[in-house]
Amino acid sequence: MSKEYLRDDIIRSSGVNPKKCMKCGKCSGTCPAYDEMEYHPHQFVSMVETGDIEPLMASKGLYRCLTCFACVDRCPRGVEPAKLVEAVRLAVIRQQGANHLSAETVAAFSDDETPQQLLVSAFRKYSK
Amino acid sequence: MKMSYFPGCTLKNKALDLDAYARRSAEALGVSLEEIENWQCCGGVFTTAKDEVATKLSSVRALKDALTKNQPLITVCSACHNVIKQTNHAMQTDSEFAAKVNRYMAEETDYLGETQVYHYLEMLRDVVGFDTLKSKVVNPLSGKKIAAYYGCLLLRPNATMQMDDPENPRIIEDFIRAIGAEPVIYANRNECCGGYVTMESPALSKARSNAVIEDAKAAGAEMVITACPLCRYNLMKNGADIPVVYFTELLAEALGVKEDTHE
Repeated sequence: MSKEYLRDDIIRSSGVNPKKCMKCGKCSGTCPAYDEMEYHPHQFVSMVETGDIEPLMASKGLYRCLTCFACVDRCPRGVEPAKLVEAVRLAVIRQQGANHLSAETVAAFSDDETPQQLLVSAFRKYSK
Repeated sequence: MKMSYFPGCTLKNKALDLDAYARRSAEALGVSLEEIENWQCCGGVFTTAKDEVATKLSSVRALKDALTKNQPLITVCSACHNVIKQTNHAMQTDSEFAAKVNRYMAEETDYLGETQVYHYLEMLRDVVGFDTLKSKVVNPLSGKKIAAYYGCLLLRPNATMQMDDPENPRIIEDFIRAIGAEPVIYANRNECCGGYVTMESPALSKARSNAVIEDAKAAGAEMVITACPLCRYNLMKNGADIPVVYFTELLAEALGVKEDTHE
């Protein structure tokens, strides 16, 4: 897939216009997963804009976004960076054999206290 | 008043108390919760991608079921509420998405987001009223200092959830006042606990959860309350040394119906 095709696909799927970003960095400042993302939310926006999608698809930060919507609500320009993270993650896990989470991993993690909510959420985010 | 009730997966398993206290308390307040028959799991998190359809159908089915009974839909779990309310909003505002869903479900009448969605806390505020709730309290939790933990799912994204001011909420604090206790305000009350990422990065959820508990304690809290099973799990698993309880447990206690819940 060409750079342009990938970029347009992410923009279409997310409904986000990365050109609205004024690069203030507030999304990254408020992101609770900032320390565990090699590309921070503001970089995500910028890299989608320039079509630099492949490094984002290979990054483990895709699986660290908490979907807490802090960056969505606190962006002064309404860019909604979390929706870009989601669209890039889907572009990965929608590929054949590219699920990020297996039932074996879940079984190894779970204990008597683990709420079902945790398991279904992880599957929803990490697998197709 | 009758409401269609969507309990969700966790309230049928690890959070039985959250469910039982909610039902018993609603009854005491004159609200009848009618569980939706054959409801399906909401999936725990809303997928924001506009081209994601199948994972949102379980929410649409629940919303349609409530509409056929002409009842509002009520949830207790923060995650169910977030997913169902965001799905309903997408059905109202994204005609392309709604058309795909309605074609897929191939029923005679289209669903366009008509059902009103309440979180249990909103039912207490907007249907019952906190003043009425206060008048029905038989066992006020006087003198207890309680920290409301909103987390992320109840309040955000605000444009859709519309529950409260997302940066300075008061609905749980008002609930705490109504049951006779004293709310404690602290900065981390609307920050994330680490959510499902705890599975892959326990360190991340530990850091987030500890920040919440330390902050609440520094503000003088003796107890934290939440509506979310995953928040409670993360806070407890990461060593909270003050009790973390579901808000419905305190509600049932204040209304004097707590002991009746284990039938």
